[in-house]
Amino acid sequence: MKKKISRRDFVKASGMLVVGFSAAPLLEPFAVAQGPFDTHRSHVDPEKLDSWLAVAADGTVTAYTGKCDMGQGMLTVQTQLVAEELCVSVNQVKLIQCDTSITPDQGTTSGSQSTPTNFNTRNLAQAAATAREALIGMAAQKLGVSVDQLAIENGIVSTKNGRHVSYGELIGGKHFELSVNAAAKRKLPSEWKVLGKPVPSVDRVALMTGTFEFVHNVHVPGMVHGRVVRPPEIGSTVANVDEKSVQHIPGLIKVVVRNNFIGVVAEKQWQAVQAARELKVTWKPGSSLPPQKDFYDYMRKQPSRDVMLVNSRDVSDSLKSAARVLKATYVHPYQAHGSMGSSCAVADVQAHSATIWSPTQSVYPTRLGVSALTALPVDSVRVIFVRGSGCYGLNAADTVSFDAALLSQAVLRPVRVQLTRHDEFISENYGAACVIDQQAGLDADGAIGVWDCEAWAVSLGGRPGYDKPGNVITGMLAGFDPETVALRKAAEPSGELANRNNAVPSYLAGCIDGKCGGPGSIRGERVLTHTVPSPFFTGPLRSPLRLQNTFAHECFMDEICASVKADPVAYRLQHLKEPRIIDVVKAAAKAANWDARPSPKPGSPRAGAATGRGIACLAYEGDNGYAALVAEVEVDQASGQVRVRRFVVAHDCGPISNPDGVRNQIEGGVLQGMSRALGEEITWNDRKITSTDWQSYNTLSLEIQMPVIESVLIDRPASRALGAGETAITLAAAAIGNAIFDATGARLREVPFTPNRVKAALA
Amino acid sequence: MAAISLKVNGHVHAVDVDPQTPLLYVLSDDLHLRGPKFGCGLAQCGACTVMIQGEPVRSCVMPVSAVKEREVIPLEGLGTPEKPHPIQQAFIDEGAAQCGFCLSGVILSAKAVLDRNPKASEEQIREGLSSVLCRCFAHTRMMRAIKRYQGRHA
Repeated sequence: MKKKISRRDFVKASGMLVVGFSAAPLLEPFAVAQGPFDTHRSHVDPEKLDSWLAVAADGTVTAYTGKCDMGQGMLTVQTQLVAEELCVSVNQVKLIQCDTSITPDQGTTSGSQSTPTNFNTRNLAQAAATAREALIGMAAQKLGVSVDQLAIENGIVSTKNGRHVSYGELIGGKHFELSVNAAAKRKLPSEWKVLGKPVPSVDRVALMTGTFEFVHNVHVPGMVHGRVVRPPEIGSTVANVDEKSVQHIPGLIKVVVRNNFIGVVAEKQWQAVQAARELKVTWKPGSSLPPQKDFYDYMRKQPSRDVMLVNSRDVSDSLKSAARVLKATYVHPYQAHGSMGSSCAVADVQAHSATIWSPTQSVYPTRLGVSALTALPVDSVRVIFVRGSGCYGLNAADTVSFDAALLSQAVLRPVRVQLTRHDEFISENYGAACVIDQQAGLDADGAIGVWDCEAWAVSLGGRPGYDKPGNVITGMLAGFDPETVALRKAAEPSGELANRNNAVPSYLAGCIDGKCGGPGSIRGERVLTHTVPSPFFTGPLRSPLRLQNTFAHECFMDEICASVKADPVAYRLQHLKEPRIIDVVKAAAKAANWDARPSPKPGSPRAGAATGRGIACLAYEGDNGYAALVAEVEVDQASGQVRVRRFVVAHDCGPISNPDGVRNQIEGGVLQGMSRALGEEITWNDRKITSTDWQSYNTLSLEIQMPVIESVLIDRPASRALGAGETAITLAAAAIGNAIFDATGARLREVPFTPNRVKAALA
Repeated sequence: MAAISLKVNGHVHAVDVDPQTPLLYVLSDDLHLRGPKFGCGLAQCGACTVMIQGEPVRSCVMPVSAVKEREVIPLEGLGTPEKPHPIQQAFIDEGAAQCGFCLSGVILSAKAVLDRNPKASEEQIREGLSSVLCRCFAHTRMMRAIKRYQGRHA
């Protein structure tokens, strides 16, 4: 039955690294470089060049990265990076992603940080540049000419008169034995041959032909199947587990109970499904949940951890003396990652070691978590990333990896755990609910003189990191505490402006002790945030808090524009000073053929279909990407249905490494943002989560009439590399909300903009 | 458990499973196929889609015993990496995926619509994809790929 050797067999048999085998995502796997690492090495030294690269005798390059591809294109673009800096072709490079035995520890693949991490002047890029300089130096010596007499193409170093030597001849199969040189010269974007081009994603053919190996497809010899039995209500605990209730199920291997963690293991997946369904568990109820209908008020009343991000200390007085004051409150619900595939992982825990095949974004932190859960020494745990379905943040990837480890340890056999859709919806760490109060004081001439923002966001748990396995449900059920909110009053701001969550609106000057780090010009400013305890686990969901905050800032900006009868583009530009955000606003307006006038649109019909346009803009995390989005919508005023007809995005992420990859991120981002804006919301009753499948949690299927999406990419070759995965999505709710207002005069201040909410706002 | 004979991609396989086992588990666990995948187990998302007699079927809710002698064609049965089916080629050309987990549902459901009606309107195509999800929202590229295939081959 099994055609290919598994990783595990291969590793055992060879005692050496490496790669590829059943996971080979490339169409034509080539001979794999024999890497210089043994498989049980517990520490990969990022200072050493050999930790990042190996060149085989045939000239193929194996590169090792700690940033993985969950579908966002990192496999392709990092392959391009290595090929570019080493002067080889893309198909000469094999990239090995995220494996604690063989790749450097680059933390978590998250927060639009992968390109900044590996493409600026350090890490993978710097290693490849170091290798190129070393190889050309070796070639100069071998060919007896100076380095400046040599050229490199496809891994062949040549003199002007045609003498040449290949990388394989120079170093093939041997260590460099060099440190990564921080001064190694990077190629200039003007010299790029591979970067900057729309190289097709390297996994494309395998994906489309159904041959790509996801973690769901990992098979390990002797592997059996596990399912978990989660508490039916939030906070319920185990009173009794009647193991006899499932003894009749054929193939059952074990019922596993550890504190409040329960799972079953069986020979076949279907047997595990039946055992999990039929297992009789008596649960002690948890405490009742705060009612959803009053939840945003509830949040305001909770004890909190407070941070004052900026404070000009004249806000109260300025508001009192302002010619006009505007106030509004925006709210955003909990939302799910809702990955397409319910999460899955495979664990092989033996008496003294463990191997986990995991879709985690964080192999090294997960290794620590597995070590804590299994009490195995961390050096004995290996976590290998295998792609799951797109995760968009902390979905159930980490928790299912812990599930698999616990179940495998209980039976000392390799166990594959597949969560059900219900498990996935109740097991993940949701994107946080937020309440955001806005207040602005206007001068006599209608400009904003003062802006005051106070925000509340919920928190419980989060990424497990290196020491908090209780931050996800499995760790908590097994007896580890989640991180809770450490209560603290806000100190006055000091140091540099830190706007990672985009809590500070783009229009503020962001001045702390006389130094102004914001992209805007408003000098009367105060931003205070409160983190409050959450009844549910929370964690990063694509553009965490940045999206919620931006929804509130950009819609409120639109309310101010309307109140002074100003054009939303011109009025925004009036309050911005950072050239890069100004440029994206202008570029989006131009590409959209922006109809410059105040909102709402004059003469819009009061019944039937109404159309309108809205804009929103962003300096992502303050300085990690710039974007502006124009949305054009049609609102059916009878039904409250909103249809987006067109999105126009202007986007600046610094030097563009792969324009097709950036466009794909933008297109998917704005549509995912549209789905979140129009329908997505976690729901609950007094005891438990009630949005547990694709009928009770809204998402937009392929049936929807898609908007036209136009992307304007602003290339900045001289800039450092910035993030591109989370900018466009951050703007969708705001741009759509502003377009609805333009069409109808109705302001939506609560996400999602369901038909009922739209109708209520119209009434 | 019972001995069940299952025809997949032209090959007849004998498997020893509970006849009530969902077809998906047999395809992925016993036959090690990678195309059909577990998305929801509820026939709500399409990730597990296979073709049976030209119809897209949700293999996560179909007992293996219900297949009987009919042939099952999963995504990897359409074409190969070396010679993709024209609809797969259209998706390759358009780069119509991000993570790609949903592709069995998208490609096979669209193909079924166009097999039945090569001149299907966009609305009819979308109707055929009404309970097919892609959570990366590669929707626009996917629709372009489907139309590219329709324009050339359907």
